[in-house]
Amino acid sequence: MSDTVLFALEAALNGLTVGIMYSLVALGFVLIFKASGIFNFAQGVMALFAALTLVGIQTGQVPFSHLINAALGTNIHDFGFTLPAILSIPLTVGVMVLMALLIERLVLKHLVNQEPIILFMATIGLAYFLEGLGDIMWGAEVKPLDVGIPQGMSSTVDEFTYNLFGYGFYIDVLSLWALGIAAVLVTALVVFSQYTKQGRALRAVADDHQAALSVGISLRFIWVLTWSIAGIVALVAGIMWGSKSGVQFSLSLIALKALPVLILGGFTSIPGAIVGGLLIGVGEKLFDFFMQPIIGGATENWFAYMLALVFLLFRPQGLFGEKIIERV
Amino acid sequence: MKMTHVAAAFAASLAVAAPAVAQDLHFPMLSYRTGPYAPGGIPFADGYHDYLTLLNERDGGIGGVPIRITECETAYNTERGVECYESVRGDNPLVIQPLSTGITYQLIPRVTEDHIPMLTTGYGRTSAMNGNVFHYVFNFPANYWDGASVAINYLLSQNDGSLQGKKIVLVYHNSAYGREPIRTLEILAERLGFEFLPIAVDHPGQEQGSQWLQIRRERPDYVLMWGWGVMNAVAIQEAANIRFPMENFIGIWWSGSENDVIPVGAGANGYTALTFHGIGTDYPVYQDIQQYVVDRGLAAGAGDRIGSAVYSRGVYAAMLAAEAARTAQELAGHGAITPDEMRDGMEHLNITDERLAELGLPGFSAPFQVSCANHGGPGAAMLQRWNAETQSWSLITDWINSDRELIGQLADEDSAAYAAENNIAPQCN
Amino acid sequence: MLYREAGDFKTSYASDNQTFPIRGDRMAYWAVLAVAFLVVPFVLGDYWANAVVIPFLIYVIAALGLNLLIGYTGLLSLGTAAFMAVGAYATYKLTTAFPGMNIYLVFLLSGVVTAAVGVLFGLPSLKIKGFYLAVATLAAQFFLIWLFTRVEWFYNHSPTGQIAMPERSMFGITITGAAASSTAVYMTCLIFVVVMAWLARNLTRGTLGRTWMAIRDMDIAAEIIGVNPLIAKLSAFAVSSFFVGVAGALMFGVYLGAAEAGEAFSINKSFLVLFMVIIGGLGSILGSFLGAAFLVVLPVLLKLLLVDGFGWPADLARHLEVMIIGALIIVVLIAEPHGMAALWRTMKEKLRLWPFPH
Repeated sequence: MSDTVLFALEAALNGLTVGIMYSLVALGFVLIFKASGIFNFAQGVMALFAALTLVGIQTGQVPFSHLINAALGTNIHDFGFTLPAILSIPLTVGVMVLMALLIERLVLKHLVNQEPIILFMATIGLAYFLEGLGDIMWGAEVKPLDVGIPQGMSSTVDEFTYNLFGYGFYIDVLSLWALGIAAVLVTALVVFSQYTKQGRALRAVADDHQAALSVGISLRFIWVLTWSIAGIVALVAGIMWGSKSGVQFSLSLIALKALPVLILGGFTSIPGAIVGGLLIGVGEKLFDFFMQPIIGGATENWFAYMLALVFLLFRPQGLFGEKIIERV
Repeated sequence: MKMTHVAAAFAASLAVAAPAVAQDLHFPMLSYRTGPYAPGGIPFADGYHDYLTLLNERDGGIGGVPIRITECETAYNTERGVECYESVRGDNPLVIQPLSTGITYQLIPRVTEDHIPMLTTGYGRTSAMNGNVFHYVFNFPANYWDGASVAINYLLSQNDGSLQGKKIVLVYHNSAYGREPIRTLEILAERLGFEFLPIAVDHPGQEQGSQWLQIRRERPDYVLMWGWGVMNAVAIQEAANIRFPMENFIGIWWSGSENDVIPVGAGANGYTALTFHGIGTDYPVYQDIQQYVVDRGLAAGAGDRIGSAVYSRGVYAAMLAAEAARTAQELAGHGAITPDEMRDGMEHLNITDERLAELGLPGFSAPFQVSCANHGGPGAAMLQRWNAETQSWSLITDWINSDRELIGQLADEDSAAYAAENNIAPQCN
Repeated sequence: MLYREAGDFKTSYASDNQTFPIRGDRMAYWAVLAVAFLVVPFVLGDYWANAVVIPFLIYVIAALGLNLLIGYTGLLSLGTAAFMAVGAYATYKLTTAFPGMNIYLVFLLSGVVTAAVGVLFGLPSLKIKGFYLAVATLAAQFFLIWLFTRVEWFYNHSPTGQIAMPERSMFGITITGAAASSTAVYMTCLIFVVVMAWLARNLTRGTLGRTWMAIRDMDIAAEIIGVNPLIAKLSAFAVSSFFVGVAGALMFGVYLGAAEAGEAFSINKSFLVLFMVIIGGLGSILGSFLGAAFLVVLPVLLKLLLVDGFGWPADLARHLEVMIIGALIIVVLIAEPHGMAALWRTMKEKLRLWPFPH
């Protein structure tokens, strides 16, 4: 095979693995949108907050230490212990569930039956609040995150492809893990929604709010449930992205990478989020590969949006979205 | 009670408008301890603050006049920068250090109009080194073009004086800041016969898969980096992933802090970065900072950043400002100087090895002398290398000079264009 | 008692249809204008002018523009900052290419250029709606910013990629550049705000505004009664972008003085303007003023209170400020989902009946 084909193939493979990372973020959006029709802009900040909390618990940081020190003149920073990942992850999940509960109590409950744009705005307000809260609780420094997921070039893939083509492909081990974790996560979600009582209730609510209410499903419980699940998905996304770059403010910006995935895949479809992520990942890597010499690089930020936009012109509801039926 | 506070705040802000008679030396800080770049802003602000606090505590200020430090949070946002500048402008600020290239550009015409000197250490507008055009702007000791030139000079010394046929890639933040070195490197590539390839990374740089795949395909001999924020850590991680030799990966000084390498762990070992000041805590002044500032509970931050790369830069920036104020006091013959007198002090600033030793910072800076024509300092820098095991930087070279002839020429072109656009007659007064 | 319509008789169709049918409102309107033009310029300090009032006026124009699009036509856009950048770069290119051109004309032409770009990016709105459209406008946001960073022609090939506003004056008064007095800048912004608010108000009352609102309320029904969705949607994008472009031109020209696309016109600015529109009130001119005031003045007040008043560290205050703004957005939405303008309306209703509530 010629070099160009090999290089393009390598770029496409890397696109697939990055696409899975995008899908992880997009999944959280889909879950909440499906269950409550809310476009949750705070999903990215939730990932940041979850990752910050995880690191904070792992390293035994005192929450709000900066605030306490400023107010009381003390000088405390950490409890002086470290927790293994196996303990700190469940604790963080607990924090995310608590957060879902509070969001439902304090925000969503009061906004029932509002227009989608109002709910969307509320989640932007929530994003601001969490951003400030995360910084005040855990501080604004970069924090290394290590839960034991390996990273670096996969030698197996490298050797295998070298023997096959005479050129070793580069694949990050971290993204192979992401692939596995995404598979587990999606399977778990499917099993949960198909075979448990709560899962069925969840699907009923997603189908028709009023019908679900009329057969006695508690809408509020379902909301807490979906926000908790979205919080857990945010934690997973936060761990994967945070392992790569350390946990810092920019982590919240990955939400912007997930939006084109959403419109491509459709707001309401879990398979859509996965397929959309893969398409965007491959598309942007290949576009960069072929167009870089002509128009220069750094096209990832807008290419995904352009791809989604062009796609929408032909299929306004996204790849797997529900067909939009309009009545007068 | 709340209302009285609001009223007090209003009164305070109104008082700002009236120029007060200076009984102290006002050093305002435009810092960013929040927002996406906070990890870089916090240590700098701490270092700046702590050094000035040290002068107050140990020496009672500069020349017997106490220092007043005010801090204004910009969050690296230009509009907040304007707000901050306006809030200190009438309060006799001796020198503005905006800590952001964007804010610098905005303030250049304003400080010139208001006759307030501005110092940008290692950032800002490069052509401001031409004091003929930029009377109130100083960017000593080194600028981005110096950085590019120093990096190439270092590589020349590593390759017996020839880079013929080598391939050098620049990974840069796709912004005005990241594009700064491109022109200099293009000219140097033509002169020295190496192949130069710039590769852009868009803000924020969380995902750099394509860029590093491309670097892997291109197999460059060296990679330079002009990165900022999260982009640095991700780039170093990706470089480690593709097993690019870290010794051949050189970052600018803003890509050379602990924040950039620690998240990568062992993979970052050997990563090299430029620096225009000394590093570590092996300077006598740090004992004083410990004794007079930290132990008295006056440290600006948590105290855990002391001696980190960016903290040192804050100390350095504060030291330059304080030395300029001292020079200004000597020139003016009185202690309570005005911003205009401060400007003269900055223009006559003379940093010598003896003076550095007196300050407890021997060898911390390259010795240099500012003049009216040269507001840019020596343009020299050193290289530091990261040791992942000891979690520390160590210097691997002495001062390396930049090609000031070339950079002066480029700066003259750019400042001439600025002078023409703004009807400034280049002159030295 | 003081504020009522009884006794305020209308004798012509025109007077019945005026913007402020109640005498009290009319008087208040003229009083505000008089104060803004005749009193404020003489009492305004530099700090308050540059830190609060001028950005407030500029954001009002941007919020008005976005409100025309979202509030009146129902098209959600997240590309506001990019369109502001178009206005800013158009100003830079026009004023450096034609140094003699009247600076007010430059600002208006920048708006026209932005309108053209806006129409181009408005085309997908014919096909897609709602959040899908919102995300599609993000394509404009990222693409335009990339373009302004990438293509050197936009910043006249300067090696730094920054654009800086040269000094320009009109009738001998310096308007742009550092030498401009804050009074001149204030008056410039005020003139633009008054004219454009007047324009927005009258556009929305006329045929064009009605077709927009028909599209907003139900586009298919509107089409059936003879509204051309192509013209309605694209004209909304054009007018909205014109406003936003002028706001961007002013922001760069008279306020910031120097800018870089990726930093000064990042997506955060799009969100900020969106907040202003929604907090202020969708489909309300007054709402755009209230929303802009809320989000420009509040951070400065919080800063003065927390840092200067309480003496807290600047960073802690900033974090709290972000939290407080986020919480306030939620509180306002819960209290009155239709924004501050709706609160104002309710207040006026109560005032009319006061002191007899029944």
